[in-house]
Amino acid sequence: MEVRTTQQGRTLTVTLRGELDHHAARDAIVAVERALDAALPSALALDFGGVTFMDSSGIAVAMRAMRRMAALGGTTALVNVPPQAKRVFDAAGIPVKEETT
Amino acid sequence: MKVKPNNYIALEFLSRSANEGFARASVAAFAAQLDPTLDELGDIKTAVSEAVTNAIVHAYPDTLGKINLRASIFDGNLLEIVVRDKGRGIADVAQARTPLFTTGGEERSGMGFTIMESFMDTLSVRSEPGRGTVVVMKRRIARRGVKP
Repeated sequence: MEVRTTQQGRTLTVTLRGELDHHAARDAIVAVERALDAALPSALALDFGGVTFMDSSGIAVAMRAMRRMAALGGTTALVNVPPQAKRVFDAAGIPVKEETT
Repeated sequence: MKVKPNNYIALEFLSRSANEGFARASVAAFAAQLDPTLDELGDIKTAVSEAVTNAIVHAYPDTLGKINLRASIFDGNLLEIVVRDKGRGIADVAQARTPLFTTGGEERSGMGFTIMESFMDTLSVRSEPGRGTVVVMKRRIARRGVKP
């Protein structure tokens, strides 16, 4: 699992690539939280465009990021979510952004 | 009398998280002979990933143990997946199946059983504390290009 970040103003985009399962989740959580603590953004876009597989571990990663952003008083959007990962978010009732941006 | 499958695979592997990907990819490769859609294949891989992860995280929390996985194909394009461990077991299965309930670490969401339930047609969980857990999941794969 690869985690990349880009910042534009106070919007931070965190791009995830690879398979997001339990094996990869802990490292992904640490990487996302480090990026948030370094950037202190007001908006986070968590980009799943490069995620080739995701199970409920991805829900944990997204929920941790959302909680951290809520504590910072910011917002989180899950973007570019591929169909397989979207089915997992749907089953958990977590909304994802429909359009790809 | 027990119905015999038309085909099956049986795998045994150690409860290391690196094997999660191996387990779901193996079942997906086996299930390919049922000609599933991409969505069906994704659902199956996800359900297998959840069941195997549960065994790795919860059955053997402080040790490494064996996980047995069996995937079988029965008449009517029915895929059955059995994930069995001999770990510490689940004291309260109903509670474990409740959405968002977890005794796992920060990288768990408590949605594993919910995902298995929504992605497979049936899910049964049998467990005995100290003896292990058996998860049985079934999914009928739609026959494509065949008129009913």
